[in-house]
Amino acid sequence: MNIHEYQAKALFETFGVPVPKGVAAKAASEFDAALAQLPEGPTMVKSQIHAGGRGKGTFTDGFKGGVKFCKTKADAKEIAGRMLNNTLITLQTGPAGRKVQTVYFTVASDIKKEYYLAILLDRGTSRPVIVASTEGGVEIEKVAHETPEKIFKVFVDPAYGLADFQVRQLIAGLGFTGAEAKGAAKLIRNLYTMFWETDASMVEINPLITTPTGEVLALDAKVSFDSNALYRHPEITALRDLNEEDPKEIEASKYNLSYIALDGNIACLVNGAGLAMSTMDIIKHFGGSPANFLDVGGGATKEQVVAAFKIILGDANVKGIFVNIFGGIMDCNVIATGIIEAVREVGLKLPLVVRLEGNNVTAGKATLAGSGLPIVSGDTMADAARKIVQLVA
Amino acid sequence: MSILIQPDTKILVQGITGDFGGRHAKLSLDYGTHVAGGVTPGKGGQFFEHKEHKVPIFNSVHDAVAATGATVSVVFVPPPFAADAILEGVDAGLDLVVAITEGIPVRDMVRVKRAIAGRKTRLIGPNCPGVVTPGSGPQSHGGCRIGIAPGYIHKQGHVGVVSRSGTLTYEAVYQLTSKNIGQSTCVGIGGDPVNGTSHLDVIRMFNDDPDTHGIILIGEIGGNAEVEAARWIKANVRKPVAGFIAGATAPAGRRMGHAGAIVGGAEDTAAAKIAVFRECGIEVAATPSDMADALLRAAQAKGVTLT
Repeated sequence: MNIHEYQAKALFETFGVPVPKGVAAKAASEFDAALAQLPEGPTMVKSQIHAGGRGKGTFTDGFKGGVKFCKTKADAKEIAGRMLNNTLITLQTGPAGRKVQTVYFTVASDIKKEYYLAILLDRGTSRPVIVASTEGGVEIEKVAHETPEKIFKVFVDPAYGLADFQVRQLIAGLGFTGAEAKGAAKLIRNLYTMFWETDASMVEINPLITTPTGEVLALDAKVSFDSNALYRHPEITALRDLNEEDPKEIEASKYNLSYIALDGNIACLVNGAGLAMSTMDIIKHFGGSPANFLDVGGGATKEQVVAAFKIILGDANVKGIFVNIFGGIMDCNVIATGIIEAVREVGLKLPLVVRLEGNNVTAGKATLAGSGLPIVSGDTMADAARKIVQLVA
Repeated sequence: MSILIQPDTKILVQGITGDFGGRHAKLSLDYGTHVAGGVTPGKGGQFFEHKEHKVPIFNSVHDAVAATGATVSVVFVPPPFAADAILEGVDAGLDLVVAITEGIPVRDMVRVKRAIAGRKTRLIGPNCPGVVTPGSGPQSHGGCRIGIAPGYIHKQGHVGVVSRSGTLTYEAVYQLTSKNIGQSTCVGIGGDPVNGTSHLDVIRMFNDDPDTHGIILIGEIGGNAEVEAARWIKANVRKPVAGFIAGATAPAGRRMGHAGAIVGGAEDTAAAKIAVFRECGIEVAATPSDMADALLRAAQAKGVTLT
């Protein structure tokens, strides 16, 4: 689960990770009160959406920049008015963009130098890794590719936690001395505590900055959490912003369906994540284009199948449906019955190819064939994929 | 022979009184698997009954091991309690713990993995379909079925299958069995980013198993476990190997059902992994329908008989 920058920074403050003073506003009527909490002078106005690349983004009305520097609070108020409820398109939002429903005002800090700092899971060692770089404010993938010697990593032993010598290694790598070294060490320790205690899957500060007065601050904050652990963090679950999620994905999650929208026109309904991914792949392999990832899970019920059909059909791009079920344990006949009921209930007009395999498959196929509905049967995944691609073409 | 488990291996079911654990304990009993005991704290002394079977339930894994001599357990315990259940199995000195549970917090698994390092117990999973060593009876009856895979699609034989994904494993097994090619052992290592056993661990075991003559390696986007396994295969494995990677069309940065199935960079895309497979002499299945055929091509090229 992702959260907004302003929420992440509030969490940073709770854990003692210093950030520039800032206040969020969700309505134009809140701008004055918000700005009143900041000192007079240079102010940043930052659009709050979950996608990255905000600074270089463009609003649908042509206004440029989702993050703006303003010399005065009066300017900041005007700029915030241009951003709020406007739709921002960045490299990560896709062409539809995201509606800005919160703006964040912060004090514009003087920057001496920019750094990079992140904590995430290293899958190779199954340990948290802290990644730091002297190159901040740029894409870390680019730094890793072009100047890997400027990236420092320490792997944290979960049995011991972050050790002081590891903090010293990072401080030395980043070249901090004196007051900056002290501030950075504290920041790194506190950030690690937050990462661990909140079950974060990633915290990223890009850039981390030093100021001419010797402060070390998190100028930006990107934080995501392990969805599996939200049950033990109600305060973090409360930060979820449904406006940032695809309504179809939200609807799917209510039925324990795992759905992700893509931009193709052949919808898929599959049991199992691996099979669902490879169903998308095989559609592409035969020249089609998948409209979604949809895993109905191991024990799909009739209600889930009906809900899945409704969600799929909520995507106007969909021109055909491919149902691919390997009913190892599930009874294929029950699935077939569910599909027929779903087709009748939603009044499906689009081509539908069903590939059923597994337990009681003969009865399942007979049920589909005897339904009187124009359901095309595929014998293998490849056969079914070819058929749906042809029907949609 | 086989790896990890034999048809006569005695297993325990942790969480046997839950819906999920109970349902699959019954299916394992029907398959002819030796389910020696169940574990549910507070329900020790009761029995899990199914047809002619009467499986004793114990309060702890330690009690169950002492009473039954079981060496393997399967964990169906809900996510908040699953890490504890795994550690209990390890503490009781089991050879193998197979964790089926989906949705265990990553931090719990990071701690579990650290805690069991150096212990004799092997962990498979979590979030996996389990392990099957098919039996010699009709529809492979009499085998050892640990987890949630459909037993009847298997056939005793000489192909090892290792995969992150349940349904893709079934797909591969079904294709093999349909072509009259049996399996030595099928291992689902699970779709989570932190798991007990990697592709490479299983490949090593298949390579050492004289009864495994060919291997199907099924992977997906995210992480570099498949790449690590492929490079080891190139250096060490003479047996025919076929591979498939799911997720060629997955958008970057989105979690595709499995917690671990997410493209993080250029290295963990399907295209990158497939390129490494090719470079390492693994016969790549173009589609999931092609997995058994890909292994047949690899076997033919090496003059190996799979049946």
